[in-house]
Amino acid sequence: MPRTRAASLLIAAFFFACGTWMILSSALGQARSGGRSAASREQGLAAWQQVYTVLTHPRCINCHTATNYPQQGDDRHRHITNVIRGAEGKGVPGLNCASCHQESNADSTGVPGGHDWHLAPLSMRWQDANDNILPSAAICRSVTDRSKNGNLDGQGLLKHHEEALLVLWAWQPGRRPDGTMRTLPPLSHEEFVAATRLWVEAGTPCPPGR
Amino acid sequence: MTKYQLNINGERKEVTVDPSTPLLWVLREDLKMTGTKYGCGVSACGACTVHVAGVATRSCMLPISLLGERPVVTIEAMSEDPVGRVVQDTWVEQDVVQCGYCQSGQIMTAVALLKHTPKPTDTNIEESMGGNICRCATYVRIREAVKVAAQKIK
Repeated sequence: MPRTRAASLLIAAFFFACGTWMILSSALGQARSGGRSAASREQGLAAWQQVYTVLTHPRCINCHTATNYPQQGDDRHRHITNVIRGAEGKGVPGLNCASCHQESNADSTGVPGGHDWHLAPLSMRWQDANDNILPSAAICRSVTDRSKNGNLDGQGLLKHHEEALLVLWAWQPGRRPDGTMRTLPPLSHEEFVAATRLWVEAGTPCPPGR
Repeated sequence: MTKYQLNINGERKEVTVDPSTPLLWVLREDLKMTGTKYGCGVSACGACTVHVAGVATRSCMLPISLLGERPVVTIEAMSEDPVGRVVQDTWVEQDVVQCGYCQSGQIMTAVALLKHTPKPTDTNIEESMGGNICRCATYVRIREAVKVAAQKIK
């Protein structure tokens, strides 16, 4: 009997030790990777690069300028008619965004429109003062900086990409004045949201560099 | 063709037009209100400026189908508007006009500026009036008139 009890205790101790080792090992691994696996971080970075291709498309970045004016067209030229950013990003009295941009696209005139048409705030500028698009790492840091992004966490960013009306406009941009369709971002909206979700689930990792 | 009920200078108007017709042409052709001018037709010159729900708006690029219930105020109503009256009187006093073609748009934009910013700086004036083109280049007199009008408005 004593031998049987000792053997039982030995087996129990063995399994306890194995269990403890497995739990600690798992926890240590998660701690090293910020609670997520290295693979998901890689997937997150790859997903971010997909998101970046959309954010830097003219339909998006034309209103994320660092200057006192928005841009137009796929060549991102300065907006015509001396349009000025204004204090709230909605133009100035007498020359507001709403002076031309209505609640929806005006395909008969080629003027794009959407609810609350406005420039992104300067804290969300994705270009430098010379109208050059910022690198991926810089835009990623900006987008994830809650002091700059309207205090959005990952889920907030995902919701913004899923539902914000001016974001959705990028996939319904209407016709140019010449009647041709405006170009669309390189991903569908569904693909864009899926990439954003994966990036958020990976902890919104940003690539290294400036 | 579609029938639209409009609020123009506080009066109800009814027009039957193609939904894509710009507000400018509804005013000029259907309602015979020719104070609002056609300049460029692409929002680039400001000659067609009217107020839509208080916002200075380029009527040449606003399809009537997108106007909705919003009231429209045109240059024809400015003599009855407290700020508009002051601006028009000042325009005459300062002898702003040369050919005059762009001036209804200039005045509509100036009134929108002064209603929002009663004491504008030179920068305010340049930014707000910057979208209104004057081929006679009366810009110096326009700026001066806006400043003088601002001093008169209580």
